[in-house]
Amino acid sequence: MASHESSSQVAHPLIEVDSLVRHFGPQRVLNGVSFKVYPGETFVIMGGSGCGKSTLLRHLIGTEKPTSGSIKIFGDDIAKMSNQRLMKARNKFGMLFQSGALLQSLTIAENVAMPLVEHTRLDRKLIDTVVKMKLEQVGLTGHGHKKPAQISGGMKKRAALARALALDPPLLFSDEPTAGLDPIMTAVVDELTQKLTRKIGATVVVVTHDMASIFRIATRIIMLGTGDRQGTIVAQGTPDEIRAHPDPLVRRFINGETDDGEPGGGEDDLYHQTLLRRT
Amino acid sequence: MAGLRKYLSLCAGLLYWLMIAPFRGKGWRMGLVFAQIVRIGVHAVPMAALTSLTIGVVLAMQSAAQLQKLGAVGFVPGLVSSSLVKELAPLVTAIIVIGRSGSGVTAELGTMRVSEEIDALEVMAIHPMSWLIVPRFLAMVVMMPLLTVFSIYVGLFGGWLIAHFALDMTMPFYVQRALEYVALRDVWIGLLKAVVFGVLVVTIACNTGLNVEGGAEGVGVSTTRSVVVSLLAVFLANAVLTAFFFF
Repeated sequence: MASHESSSQVAHPLIEVDSLVRHFGPQRVLNGVSFKVYPGETFVIMGGSGCGKSTLLRHLIGTEKPTSGSIKIFGDDIAKMSNQRLMKARNKFGMLFQSGALLQSLTIAENVAMPLVEHTRLDRKLIDTVVKMKLEQVGLTGHGHKKPAQISGGMKKRAALARALALDPPLLFSDEPTAGLDPIMTAVVDELTQKLTRKIGATVVVVTHDMASIFRIATRIIMLGTGDRQGTIVAQGTPDEIRAHPDPLVRRFINGETDDGEPGGGEDDLYHQTLLRRT
Repeated sequence: MAGLRKYLSLCAGLLYWLMIAPFRGKGWRMGLVFAQIVRIGVHAVPMAALTSLTIGVVLAMQSAAQLQKLGAVGFVPGLVSSSLVKELAPLVTAIIVIGRSGSGVTAELGTMRVSEEIDALEVMAIHPMSWLIVPRFLAMVVMMPLLTVFSIYVGLFGGWLIAHFALDMTMPFYVQRALEYVALRDVWIGLLKAVVFGVLVVTIACNTGLNVEGGAEGVGVSTTRSVVVSLLAVFLANAVLTAFFFF
């Protein structure tokens, strides 16, 4: 791990986020987030619900604009890019959405073929072959003719992964890739992610809270905080460093413990009073 | 105000993708345009037919009831044809299209927004404007005038039913009197209205759909708003256009 770290530090970072702040009205969702992602890494952004990890990802792909701070992808500030440059940059990355976000009006095969039809000059036959290969990789052989509404949530997710990988992008973003999948399919998706980094040297940025998956695929991890530390990085490092991290928030998150004390524990009256005061 | 700004920026974007982008190698997607023509236009034909048939029938009956008192039943065909061509056919068609196609466009785009499909298009570097908005716009602009012409014919047929069976007019007499009171200019005005209504309906529906927030409930709220705003816009535009050609 240490050798990987030192070798990748020399290379130029693929993604460079500098003191990113984002407000939604009075709410500060991201509060000064800075990190770098180097080529070949599997970079995991983890944290509890509502910590802003999905929002952070949406900033990285340029569908949300930061209140302040900068996000450089392939050396260019994505928030300040012209529309055309943004489109060009987007050709270099794939994105797996949390809900899959397959186009409901098209079949699974047409969905996977879409990036190929739009951005390559391959002929129809070759595209069909590539689509079949991609569907086979995610275990969806024989489902290509179905509409997204006709398949299960897990299958949708895998189809969406096939679409995100259609152009063999050097950079893949994925938002909760394993949520809603059974353990076997989780392993399949994780393995695909790892293959991507190992075989074609792609970089993967994953947002997730699936601990098993995190420690299986991650080469580096950042954790975003909730509550008082909303939208800040509370910990970053290699999986081993995160496992041994002293911060109580990190410890609780990894071990799946609740806040100190159970809700309703102790004096009942006191609990009700504090609850009422809070809301 | 913010809503108006969004609407204007949608219109500006639409103009770019309609006029300029085709010359930069990003042409219209004709396959999608035809699919939308079928959904927005062709599927609206039965409803447009039924509505304009009743309008034609009612128009003939009501005018006959009044004109009979003056002994001027012979003016019924002219009244039916001129009011259909200049006012009622474009307006009724617009209302039908708002009700079934405009609301459909808003609900569909809204659902796509909520389920991240529009984001997915953007991330795949496919501009939603060229994939979603331009085909719907072109389909609407082509189909509104066609549906209006169709409505005029069906409405005239409805008027003829009354004229023939209740007022004992012959077919040639009805047709001749109907045409006498309509100038070519009136037809152009009617078609211009149809195009303007179509543009208003489709841009309002698309803009409302693209800006949906808040899940399934948001889709419902936006669809209602899209219908209400489209109706108001069409009635206002109708008054303005009529006044413009009146003076």
